[in-house]
Amino acid sequence: MKKYTNTGSKDTRSGFGAGLTELGKTNENVVALCADLIGSLKMDDFKANHPERFFQVGIAEANMIGMAAGLTIGGKIPFTGTFANFSTGRVYDQIRQSVAYSDKNVKICASHAGLTLGEDGATHQILEDIGLMKMLPGMTVINTCDYNQTKAATIAIAEHHGPVYLRFGRPSVPNFTSETGEDFVIGKAMMLNEGTDVTIVATGHLVWEALVAAEALEAKGISAEVINIHTIKPLDEEAILKSVGKTGCIVTAEEHNILGGLGESVARVLSLNNPAPQEFVAVNDSFGESGTPAQLMEKYKLNNGAIVEAAEKAISRKK
Amino acid sequence: MKPNTQQLNDLTIQVRRDILRMVHAVNSGHPGGSLGCTEFLVALYQVIMDRKEGFDMDGIGEDVFFLSNGHISPVFYSVLARSGYFPVSELATFRHINSRLQGHPTTHEGLPGVRMASGSLGQGMSVAVGAAQAKKLNGDNHLVYSLHGDGELQEGQNWEAMMYASAYKVDNYIATIDLNGKQIDGSTDEVLNMGSISAKFVAFGWEVVEIQQGNNIEAILAGMADAKSRTGKGRPVCVLLHTEMGNGVDFMMHTHAWHGKAPNDEQLQKAFDQNAVTLGDY
Repeated sequence: MKKYTNTGSKDTRSGFGAGLTELGKTNENVVALCADLIGSLKMDDFKANHPERFFQVGIAEANMIGMAAGLTIGGKIPFTGTFANFSTGRVYDQIRQSVAYSDKNVKICASHAGLTLGEDGATHQILEDIGLMKMLPGMTVINTCDYNQTKAATIAIAEHHGPVYLRFGRPSVPNFTSETGEDFVIGKAMMLNEGTDVTIVATGHLVWEALVAAEALEAKGISAEVINIHTIKPLDEEAILKSVGKTGCIVTAEEHNILGGLGESVARVLSLNNPAPQEFVAVNDSFGESGTPAQLMEKYKLNNGAIVEAAEKAISRKK
Repeated sequence: MKPNTQQLNDLTIQVRRDILRMVHAVNSGHPGGSLGCTEFLVALYQVIMDRKEGFDMDGIGEDVFFLSNGHISPVFYSVLARSGYFPVSELATFRHINSRLQGHPTTHEGLPGVRMASGSLGQGMSVAVGAAQAKKLNGDNHLVYSLHGDGELQEGQNWEAMMYASAYKVDNYIATIDLNGKQIDGSTDEVLNMGSISAKFVAFGWEVVEIQQGNNIEAILAGMADAKSRTGKGRPVCVLLHTEMGNGVDFMMHTHAWHGKAPNDEQLQKAFDQNAVTLGDY
């Protein structure tokens, strides 16, 4: 199987910060807003270099989203930054009416998504955000897998007209995608490893876990196809259908509730076009809890071991 | 050429008729607050705001307005149409299927004059503050205006926006509060007494202008001129517009009953008797 090298684990939120720094230099219409989490979101550089284009709104996320919508009137491209929980659930109606329904070019950038925020526990660990955002008409939903891809996505969404939800996280995770990010295209799945027995589509840092799982499966004589779905909406249906047409079964892997996430989007595509056995690696409709990211990934079965198990089960269900 | 007082009064009466006809035709909509803000919106669009010909979303080089209490869409649509943003005949499509004139205003259908969806209350001030900041970034010296219901101030997001606007000296912005003292379930004092709204804005660091006769065009023009003179001095400006819900139709005044209720045929005729055609019905 194709080899991928971790060039050094980094946090995806730093990829966001680096992308924003780059945008500060290249696109004068980009403005940034933050609700008292500048350091956590790695927005320090942008703030220091472009104080006139940076808006510290305080702990007032609803106002931040509304202001971002207003800033688009006059041609600005606002990037809002706070934790995923406060970027979505807390401000759902503001996003729905002032951003999505109003067709505003706002980029909602969300760090600390999912369980791997860690010790802060369930109040901060949102596992419903992908579902909330993908249900909004016109919203593009992106969940990047590593530092390089988060940086590339941050830069790419500035050029994409329309509301975007960009999801990333707190802990360091393996960094293995192209450093230049030139292969990142919104809405276009990335084929990471071709295989014949099972398709594994993963999003976020579970993409790396899927690659590790594919190696383990290979050792067992199972050929796994691994696809990186960074864009959950619009979903690259063609890539999924083509792969499942070949392998006949699929595993979806995401750090999200099993309800409302990538898995359900994939299930819909399959049921409409080519019903096939599907197994879900996701959180089974529960809240999270305190712990280290590694402990939580283990306890909630979001790691490569869980993917291997799911792949074998999916294969066993093939007719 | 700005219109004279007679022309403004004629337009006001015609807008009232538009409101009544629109809500009557579909037996739904919000006439009370619409009638209460008719003089204000007529004055705003005809005299107070510096507007460009035509409409573009960015509104650079002109004053822009946001309606936060989107349920008074009938008066907004009528004033927009009669200010040239879209054909007056289109008012007949209000709340119909496939119409650009949705129950609450939206940008989604591309209706000229609307820059933000509103209806879910309490969001307009944040949007207006953002638009005001964009004007500053663009070096555009024009102003941002917004209108809010008094009951709407019960939504917490307003107070976030108010804090921000004074802390960051958003002084190119005039927010008007329609103080009619009424909301769906009764008077604002009964539903959730907000105490002195003026004192609250002052405490939040805003300039406050009171317009006691909020249904008198001359008083509105004088008060808004005062408000405008206070912009550019480091503070956001609030106008407390004392209005009568249902103004201009006697049986709709002094009650909250017509907040979201349309008149029947007989009531419509009675309202028409008090507001004879001036410019012509749509």
